[in-house]
Amino acid sequence: MIPERLVTIGAVAGLLAVALGAWALGEIFTITLATRAAILALAATGLNIALGYGGLVSLGHAAFFGLGGYAMGILAFHAQSYTPLELGSLTIEGTKSMPVIWLVAVCVSALAAWVIGLLSLRTGGVYFIMITLAFGQMFYYFAISWSAYGGEDGLPIYLRNSFPGVDTLVPVQFFGLCFAALVLALLLSARLRSAPLGLALNAARQSPARVAAVGISPTRVKLVAFVISGAITGLAGALYADLNRFVSPAMFSWQLSGELIVLVILGGVGRLAGPVIGACLFVTLEHWLGGLTDFWHVWLGAILLGVVLFARGGIVGLLTGKAGPHV
Amino acid sequence: MSDAVLSTHGLRKSFGALLATDGVSLDLRPGEIHAVIGPNGAGKSTLIAQICGSLAPDAGQVRLDGIDVTAAKPAQRARRGLARTFQVSALAMEDTVLENVTLGATGRDGGGYGLLRRALGRGDRHDRALAAIDRVGLGGVADMPAAALSHGQRRLLEVAIALSLAPRAFVMDEPMAGLGGEGSAELTRLLDALRTEAPILLVEHDMDAVFALADRISVLVAGRVIASGRVDEVRADRQVRRAYLGDL
Repeated sequence: MIPERLVTIGAVAGLLAVALGAWALGEIFTITLATRAAILALAATGLNIALGYGGLVSLGHAAFFGLGGYAMGILAFHAQSYTPLELGSLTIEGTKSMPVIWLVAVCVSALAAWVIGLLSLRTGGVYFIMITLAFGQMFYYFAISWSAYGGEDGLPIYLRNSFPGVDTLVPVQFFGLCFAALVLALLLSARLRSAPLGLALNAARQSPARVAAVGISPTRVKLVAFVISGAITGLAGALYADLNRFVSPAMFSWQLSGELIVLVILGGVGRLAGPVIGACLFVTLEHWLGGLTDFWHVWLGAILLGVVLFARGGIVGLLTGKAGPHV
Repeated sequence: MSDAVLSTHGLRKSFGALLATDGVSLDLRPGEIHAVIGPNGAGKSTLIAQICGSLAPDAGQVRLDGIDVTAAKPAQRARRGLARTFQVSALAMEDTVLENVTLGATGRDGGGYGLLRRALGRGDRHDRALAAIDRVGLGGVADMPAAALSHGQRRLLEVAIALSLAPRAFVMDEPMAGLGGEGSAELTRLLDALRTEAPILLVEHDMDAVFALADRISVLVAGRVIASGRVDEVRADRQVRRAYLGDL
């Protein structure tokens, strides 16, 4: 059986190799697919911190993904239309600068995760799932009715945003940015897992009373994890919007929250490489099976069923021979 | 009374018409083991829950080191030095013995939210965790997950985690539960030596252990303390014999 560390490095290196190989061969579309996989992996890496480490089954992570997307969309919209954003007496200039957009996306989704977490962490189990779902849907319907930014039709952004020193219009360079964000998030996730917070979070998933009995508030530990989780997924949302140069309420949809959970389960819940492998598999299936039939989700469903029934640790579990944390 | 490490004053808790705790006042003094015994349904678990903070009393006070902690949450009480063990082992079953005990050592310094350092590995917390593990005799299984331990080893792990908190007072909820003769004898020896570290409020059904360990005994029946005193006094108490010991 393969050590988990090797699986993680292999998955990340594999994604990089696909993109670089496609670049060498001039396969632009494959680079775009790899970029999409990297961004979904980033979003799922965020979710994995809540779901895998903390056992928090959030069916509302699309809220953070969408907030990141709309943070990008709104800032870029005001920049491309040369109209500042007026918030009462406060006037905010739009921007096409990715670092600024990312910072805003991370802060806005972290703040939303804090508020949502504060309310939903009072509950547990199926109620937690329902409350996070409800928050996600609130954002979804709000975005649909927000006509200033396209409402139901969404908001196109004509030019990809800029990053100092990088030509973001070149697919492989934009992939590089997304890949770097993914690697940083994975490092943060690994760091968190081995830090005291990760130890407490992991224990809080298994026995909240135990954590409280040693002087650590299980709710606060979960809240911190939920905020970090939401912030990472929010950053992924901003990148996703930049990849498509389009933001729409679909980014807030509960189907997207569900897909993120599917990615994590396919790859391996609570495993560092889980979201990466899950996202790569998802994008590959979506592309190949999607080319054969519009109903490719049936086959995705069959694979998911197989994983859930026969490989509880997901693909990472199969490769390492260890089942991984029980959520 | 003022030198008590842990004390309750007129604790009262009712669930609907049932008065589960009816004006319970107890104290735990330095260096002693104070046993609380009583038949099933006497309100022992409800009392522990109020002392440790998972249940709010309707009236009365809990004091730790003279400070009123009645409104404090379980985690806050633990940081003030109240270490409890659970009747049904509450452990992170997927985690190793060392991880479980390190969590205790980490929580005591309020370090459970840290992101910058590593949870495991060399350092003060690691040393304290290893010392606690060795103290209860689990040194040989430190790297095993809690799920792989025997029932008796899990009971010892509960004690090791409590010990890693370097507590002011222990509250132990039936630590002998489910142990055979040999297991309880081993745990009895361990607890006997622990009282010098911090006093123990011991809720226990195993009468051999109680009589071997307790300096004082309080008898709880239907939510009330019907007798409290030295072991021989309580043993001789007619009310206690009728209500409780006579049943044995």
